[in-house]
Amino acid sequence: MATVIENVGRATLSHLDYVGSLSVQLWEGVRSLGSIFPFGGNHYRWKASMREMLDVGVKAIPMVGLMAVCSGFILAMQGASELRRFGALHYVIDLVAVGFTRELGPLLTAIAVSGRSGSAFSAEIGTMRVTEEIDALRVMAFEPTEFVLAPKFLAALIMVPCLSVLSNVCGILAGGIFMFFSTHLGLGLYVQYVLNSIQLQDVITGLIKSVAFATIIAQVGCLEGFRVRGGPDAVGRSTTAAVVKSTFLVIIADAVFTAIFYLTVKH
Amino acid sequence: MSVISIRDLVVEYDGRRVLNGVNLEIEPGETMVLLGGSGSGKSTLLRHIIGLERPQSGSLHVKGCDITRCSQAELKQVRRSIGVAFQNAALFNSYSLEDNVALPLREHTALAPSIIDLMVWMKLAVVGLEDFGKLHPQELSGGMKKRAAVARALALDPEILVFDEPSAGLDPIVAAELDELILLLKQVFHMTVIVVTHELPSAFRIADRIAMLYQGSFLAVGTKDEIRESKHPRIRQFLDRVPDNVAKTSSVEAYFEKYLQTEEVSP
Repeated sequence: MATVIENVGRATLSHLDYVGSLSVQLWEGVRSLGSIFPFGGNHYRWKASMREMLDVGVKAIPMVGLMAVCSGFILAMQGASELRRFGALHYVIDLVAVGFTRELGPLLTAIAVSGRSGSAFSAEIGTMRVTEEIDALRVMAFEPTEFVLAPKFLAALIMVPCLSVLSNVCGILAGGIFMFFSTHLGLGLYVQYVLNSIQLQDVITGLIKSVAFATIIAQVGCLEGFRVRGGPDAVGRSTTAAVVKSTFLVIIADAVFTAIFYLTVKH
Repeated sequence: MSVISIRDLVVEYDGRRVLNGVNLEIEPGETMVLLGGSGSGKSTLLRHIIGLERPQSGSLHVKGCDITRCSQAELKQVRRSIGVAFQNAALFNSYSLEDNVALPLREHTALAPSIIDLMVWMKLAVVGLEDFGKLHPQELSGGMKKRAAVARALALDPEILVFDEPSAGLDPIVAAELDELILLLKQVFHMTVIVVTHELPSAFRIADRIAMLYQGSFLAVGTKDEIRESKHPRIRQFLDRVPDNVAKTSSVEAYFEKYLQTEEVSP
């Protein structure tokens, strides 16, 4: 019995330690964002942020776009198979448009960025720890949070919402193509219907979510890297942990945000 | 007045005492070699001297500032006067050699880019790598990496230069070249040099004084001759390369015989 209590206590302390470290790192990350911007900030950090934006955002465009197109088709086809029975095929447009702007666009993007960039953040920082590069930064009077984390954090904060918008567009476009082939609905008219069915609030809630997801992915990926102890095997474990934990937290955060938006919106 | 003053320094990891109340004074301009076997605590002491870790108790003054209790801003100020060449060089792999050396100059000084370029060339020339500035660390041999690490450590003209195992992993000729470089740097720049090593020829070549660590305590601190003539049994064992535990053939044989008998009995 004592062993069970000990184990529960140890696990609880370990989780509290993780949450505490994540909170401290988030605070330091937010504080160090000011040192990055080109006007008044550090020119070299801004350049590093641009490189990260290229990696996190621009290079992810084909993957996120393709994922969104496929998901758009899937959603449209699954929706159509049921709605057709009730003669409500035109509701596929609402399903795809609202589904993507509120939910699927930000979530799919977050999962893709978590797999691509969250793991890369963790592997890069973990390797820097193993090879004493983080120690070298500290003895050269640099803050690793400002030098390593801040450019990645800023890149994620900017690029994940941009990718979410791209995902929305691609997903909705896929729905339009489906509608064209199944009902011969013209693309212009389809866009008109889409604009009628979505509201600005849907887009804004999606973007708020994507900023939260970007924060989770960058902070968890970097924390897993900073916590690496030992050799190359520890880097591998941290990379896996970064993807698993950030994906898990993204879904939890999504549920919380959706509940908040659902409860606050007047029906 | 000592440039580094260590008083009653106690370091523990998970309840295991690694440094047991050590005291040491390092004078300006001297080369102090911290000598000791594996696990003696010399690298731990070094990490505390360069402010990477904080001890359980005791004080560690660098240039009059107690780095165990000072603020982060004071610690950063102290760190700018210390150059560290890490055991594995800890060069930034994504940067060229020039960029590695230029990094502290770009970030901590307001020098014009042309002056920084000139200074980088000079630092690389001091260690004999002026023709390799465009290369990346992964394109260099082990000895070249160590020399590049020295060039980066010299970037801000530090008063204290620290080497962690400079000869580790190098062939005797390259190791001897590095020893000569350390002597040259001390002669030209009048720096205080601290070297952690367990290589006896290197220690006796470069040291003004040697501090011999054993199980977290200093056995002796003295000049090369004083250490060489010491009658302390542990120092004699270290200097005369006498092994601690020799595998006893008879006991090993008995173990295997017993093991084989158990294997025969069991089905």
